[in-house]
Amino acid sequence: MAIPMEEDQNEWDQINARNWKGIGLTDPIKSVEDKWLLLPAFLKVKGLVKQHIDSFNYFVEQDIKNIVKANNKVTSDVDPRFWLKYTDINVGFPDRNEMSSIDKKVTPNECRLRDITYAAPIMVTIQYTRGRSIVQRNVNIGRLPIMLRSSKCVLTGRSEAELARMIECPLDPGGYFVVKGTEKVILVQEQLSKNRIIVETDTVKGIVQASCTSSTHGGLKSKTYVATKKGKIYLRHNCVHEDIPIAIALKALGIQSDKEILLLTAGNTEAYKSAFSASLEEAAKLGVFTRHQALEYIGSRVKINRRVMGPRRPAWEEALEALATIVLAHVPVNALDFRSKAIFVATMTRRVLMAMEDEKMVDDRDYVGNKRLELAGQLLALLFEDLFKTYNTNLKSAIDKVLKKPSRTSEFDAFNTMQFQGDHLTSGFVRAISTGNWSLKRFKMERAGVTHVLSRLSFISALGMMTRISSQFEKTRKVSGPRALQPSQWGVLCPSDTPEGEACGLVKNLALMTHITTDVDEEPIIRLAFMLGVEGTSIGNLTTPKRLIAPFLDISLATGTEIYGPHTFVVNVNGTIIGLTRYPTRFVAQFRKLRRARRMSEFVSIYINNHHHAVHIASDGGRICRPTIIVEDGRPKVTSEHIALLKKGTVTFDDFLRRGLVEYLDVNEENDTYIALYESDIVPATTHLEIEPFTLLGAVAGLIPYPHHNQSPRNTYQCAMGKQAIGAIAYNQLNRIDTLLYLLVYPQQPMVKTKTIELIGYDRLPAGQNATVAVMSFSGYDIEDALILNKASLDRGYGRCQVLRKNVTLIRKYPNGTFDRLADAPLDENGQVAKKYDIIQMDGLAGVGERVDPGDIYINKQSPTNATDNTFTGQAASVPYKNTPMTYKSPVAGNIDKVMISDTENDQTLIKVLIRQTRRPELGDKFSSRHGQKGVCGLIVNQEDMPFNDRGINPGGCFRICTIKTRSADVESGTDTIMNPHGFPSRMTVGKMIELLAGKAGVLSGNLQYGTAFGGSKVGGTSAPIGRRLTDVLGRGHESDIDRERLQLCRQRYVDEWYHRRASGGLRLFWADLLPSE
Amino acid sequence: MTTRNGIDARRLVGVHAERITDVSSTDYPGHYPGEDHSWDLQKFQKVRREERLSQRSIEFDLVGVDASIANAFRRILIAEVPTMAIEHVYVWNNTTVIQDEVLAHRIGLVPLNIDPALLEMRAPNETPTDRNTVVFRLNVECTQKPNAIKGSKNPDDLYINHELLSSHLEWEPAGEQAEVFRTCPPAPTNPNIVLAKLRPGQAVEMELHAIKSVGRDHAKFSPVATASYRLLPHIIIKQPIPPHLAEKFQKCFAPGVINIDPRTKAVSVDKYNVRKDTVSREVLRHPEFVDKVELSRVRDHFLFNIESESAYAPERLLPEAIQIMREKIAILRKAAEALLNADGAADGDVQMADA
Repeated sequence: MAIPMEEDQNEWDQINARNWKGIGLTDPIKSVEDKWLLLPAFLKVKGLVKQHIDSFNYFVEQDIKNIVKANNKVTSDVDPRFWLKYTDINVGFPDRNEMSSIDKKVTPNECRLRDITYAAPIMVTIQYTRGRSIVQRNVNIGRLPIMLRSSKCVLTGRSEAELARMIECPLDPGGYFVVKGTEKVILVQEQLSKNRIIVETDTVKGIVQASCTSSTHGGLKSKTYVATKKGKIYLRHNCVHEDIPIAIALKALGIQSDKEILLLTAGNTEAYKSAFSASLEEAAKLGVFTRHQALEYIGSRVKINRRVMGPRRPAWEEALEALATIVLAHVPVNALDFRSKAIFVATMTRRVLMAMEDEKMVDDRDYVGNKRLELAGQLLALLFEDLFKTYNTNLKSAIDKVLKKPSRTSEFDAFNTMQFQGDHLTSGFVRAISTGNWSLKRFKMERAGVTHVLSRLSFISALGMMTRISSQFEKTRKVSGPRALQPSQWGVLCPSDTPEGEACGLVKNLALMTHITTDVDEEPIIRLAFMLGVEGTSIGNLTTPKRLIAPFLDISLATGTEIYGPHTFVVNVNGTIIGLTRYPTRFVAQFRKLRRARRMSEFVSIYINNHHHAVHIASDGGRICRPTIIVEDGRPKVTSEHIALLKKGTVTFDDFLRRGLVEYLDVNEENDTYIALYESDIVPATTHLEIEPFTLLGAVAGLIPYPHHNQSPRNTYQCAMGKQAIGAIAYNQLNRIDTLLYLLVYPQQPMVKTKTIELIGYDRLPAGQNATVAVMSFSGYDIEDALILNKASLDRGYGRCQVLRKNVTLIRKYPNGTFDRLADAPLDENGQVAKKYDIIQMDGLAGVGERVDPGDIYINKQSPTNATDNTFTGQAASVPYKNTPMTYKSPVAGNIDKVMISDTENDQTLIKVLIRQTRRPELGDKFSSRHGQKGVCGLIVNQEDMPFNDRGINPGGCFRICTIKTRSADVESGTDTIMNPHGFPSRMTVGKMIELLAGKAGVLSGNLQYGTAFGGSKVGGTSAPIGRRLTDVLGRGHESDIDRERLQLCRQRYVDEWYHRRASGGLRLFWADLLPSE
Repeated sequence: MTTRNGIDARRLVGVHAERITDVSSTDYPGHYPGEDHSWDLQKFQKVRREERLSQRSIEFDLVGVDASIANAFRRILIAEVPTMAIEHVYVWNNTTVIQDEVLAHRIGLVPLNIDPALLEMRAPNETPTDRNTVVFRLNVECTQKPNAIKGSKNPDDLYINHELLSSHLEWEPAGEQAEVFRTCPPAPTNPNIVLAKLRPGQAVEMELHAIKSVGRDHAKFSPVATASYRLLPHIIIKQPIPPHLAEKFQKCFAPGVINIDPRTKAVSVDKYNVRKDTVSREVLRHPEFVDKVELSRVRDHFLFNIESESAYAPERLLPEAIQIMREKIAILRKAAEALLNADGAADGDVQMADA
């Protein structure tokens, strides 16, 4: 008895002993301090709009080469000996597309100002026959608009100083294009995933259907259904007139025996067998028994659309072609081996049978794992392929035209023909991006509104636009499913940031750490899967020579018994079955191990689907994924030591990936994991640890302080409103000439920050000002969310903003030789300059800095009266001119801010005049806090009438410019507002109250506070040192008693929004249309 | 008459954890039967008044008046004592990054050291004269320093005039001004206010006209950074504080307010320093001090604090305010007398001053 006790004791001692670096086994695991630093490291490598940039980079570096490889030959119908081959394609760096220019370098800012396109030449290497020789040359075939900050952009990898020299803002995220001077974004498009089976039921009609949208390279899309109809299963496809009984379809695909059909679909499950029997009988009833009969049956129902009228082919041939190329086009058919396609159709059928039996087996089409995001790169690739094919067709006909001529003076050189091909590609790109119409007849694609003008109302609105996802389907339908918040959105799509109204829930935003994958070649992955013991079922998927994979093909002809065996898991790569495994867990674990060792792309995902007995490997583009910390044996692999290295700057985020400390999880793979939110939550089963909980919010929602204390719709309102805030928009804001620009004269960084604010640089380009706010009712002019401003604050510059408006004109040269001109101010009979011309200088333009009053002329342009007269042949100088001046129309005077004179690409003189108005807040201007609480200014009160606290601080402060320097941090700067307390109970924005407290604590202690989601400064922690000083008893300024109420006089950030502000002056008759029209 | 710790209980405003009691004053004639509370100058003069003065601010106690009087002074100080500030800016050249109107606004806010008594108010359409306008010039250009330190990032080493400061304002005497302002030439009160940052090649050339006006017109004419008052705190310890809680009790108040006897650990309120207390009510949060202490403020004891940010010396501000108040009273009295003297049928309207 004593001995075991002693042993026990020994064991206990051992556990308690300090055996490794002074740490014992029972010591608490040291938590990883500052693991959130992985986030800035991630953003440093990837940037805020990495998804756009990665996708564009993939297009210009890899995809474009694949497209050219697929369309690389141009031959002639006339001369059979002629050929032209593209051997390589490269996209250069953006340059100036003007012949005479010496300095070819161009910056995006120049393009914006001069209304030109930021584009780079596309150079191809061609080989072609010239006479008897073969020649190789490099040709420029057009220009491709370049995404800013992509690998082809001149801004990439530049230091802040270099960017400043290029008049570019280092905080600008890039990811957009500059086309004809406007900034255009290709929004992320959300789609249902391609090449995957989706099973749905319609309970009303009692239909179960499995559908699959096939998409092969080149964008040819078709949708195939396997659906029930009156208890029987049919295959339905657009290219066939009527539904084909599934047994006939399978027979046509080469599975002739009924037994095999039954095994491949129903397997050995009795329930499925009986459900399927009716469908099996159908074929027999229709008299279809052999493959040939089946093909004849289908062939007679195939829609034929043939352009070239050839000899009519027999029906079975039509069927064979349709089945091989149109139906489920993504499943390859090599040498008429339909085996893999048959298995695919059988799988679809089986999924239908499963869903008929158990309605839980349907898929959720709103599940984020079933979605793919289409980005700029993919859309441009499609556009390029279309344009390139047309280019080649045009080239071919041009070559044919020359070759047709019987006698030529010189040897035919295709190079010269290419030189005269015009700018089909260039204009195609420019047209598509500037109009947003992706109309590609070749790929049956007709999409409008793909691109949008980048909103530059504020820094956040530009950033918010870059992370926006628009849904392709059902915008007007009143369905709730796609609009609802999906649990699978966690960590990848922001739960707060969505618009209200029509597009609610359909337009989404990416979360902070979301990454969207690009295509990864699947062939090495398949080979790897075979190496890891997957038993092949078919070789259809591989384009590799057979001998490479031959050793693994010993049971390539697996039957239904094997596929649906109780312990067999089917291995799919990108939705297509490649083989079977009996040890899915081991296989998946080994596969992951290899991925963590970086033997393959980190974006390949693998997961087990236990419902379908399947292992899915995905390497396709457009999947949504995010990084997490790997946990092994209950400990996160990232340790404090790693973070210390990160802080020192010796390692980057990529090192974490390479060493297998962090990995990307896509939404499907997340289902296979057990992710701990905090380190303390780690249990033995945990596989991963979140990097930081607040990354589940997007860039815009991340700006809200203490959002976790707010009622959720308030955060959503704030996401819409934060984008309207006026402030600084970019470091180069004063060098830009935008159509409309709102700037705040004195923007301030927020007192209560969040980590997201620092990460995106919102503290360096802030919008809004910190205001001293009294939460109290005052005067009755503050009901219904109105707020009251202190006049002295406004005098001192609170909320002062500037509106800059662009005015453009062209000084044109006309085809008949005449041209516009600028004239100096005309004199009247007294030799005086008329009032409206008083700011025009000698060059016919208004002087910079001059005040422009309503009705003033700021560009005194004159045009020839006969500009459109093409028969005119006289002296251009002698033509009569008429005045075509630019007149200032706004009812409020402005100042000339900037005048720019330049040339456009087609050599017309371009004049831009920027006119500035400086405005001070007035009644009716809209203000908002950061919690979706907006209000308009209802009253402006003199400083002496405002309530004041013990220290004389009223909401409306007491500093003038001098005090910035002479008084320390405890100065309450003088900006302020009174807000009605009735704004709180119904809105339940507790976060706003906490922000008030934290802001005041910060002011009193001279520190900035943090209000990061799921963290931030604690109320107890921040306010404890100040004690009850957080509430003030306010004196009434306009009466003589002390106010009876206990009031909050606190510091809060008020963001000014004058976005909806009407320029003063001028009334509109709203009842005009009520008047009798006679 | 009940007294609480030597102060008439009627003079106290109660400060409780969640509310404030006895806000309104009651010491006016007719409120208490048999008591006369009419204004008594002797009584007012008997009360102690003290002052503390620093370069730019003054603190003094105003005791024994109604809040309406104290508040009137506060309001006049903020809004009605005139000062000089730059109102008109003529820009000849401005190549800085700061726009003309923004720079003009900033310059307008610079407090000027010009005694307003020496000048007259200028009516809106009146022509500027040496009696109502003081002219300044601003003529600054930033240039590269000839032998700048290589590699330095400090603008002080690299450029001349890289900041446009308030000290760059040059007074331009007109007419009799040279004589009038001989002893104290007009200049900003603070020479170190940064108005704009410059870089080589940027220049500012402006003519600035300062006029006299009041804070109600624009905050830049307000002579004070802040002028406000608070009420004298009054702390009543109702039950002795146990010695072991003495320090905790002390920490609930502003430093110096509570004295602890080093031997007995007995707690007492410092008679003089009690004015330092913020009446934060921290002490009311702790259950151990419940019913042991009562917080209050003296309703007619105003601790005034005035920070001058203008040509006025801080001690001059209150007399100025009183002067303005007297002028107002004079106008009001005249109007009232005119009303009394007027025949019932005659037009009873009396021209008030610009109030």
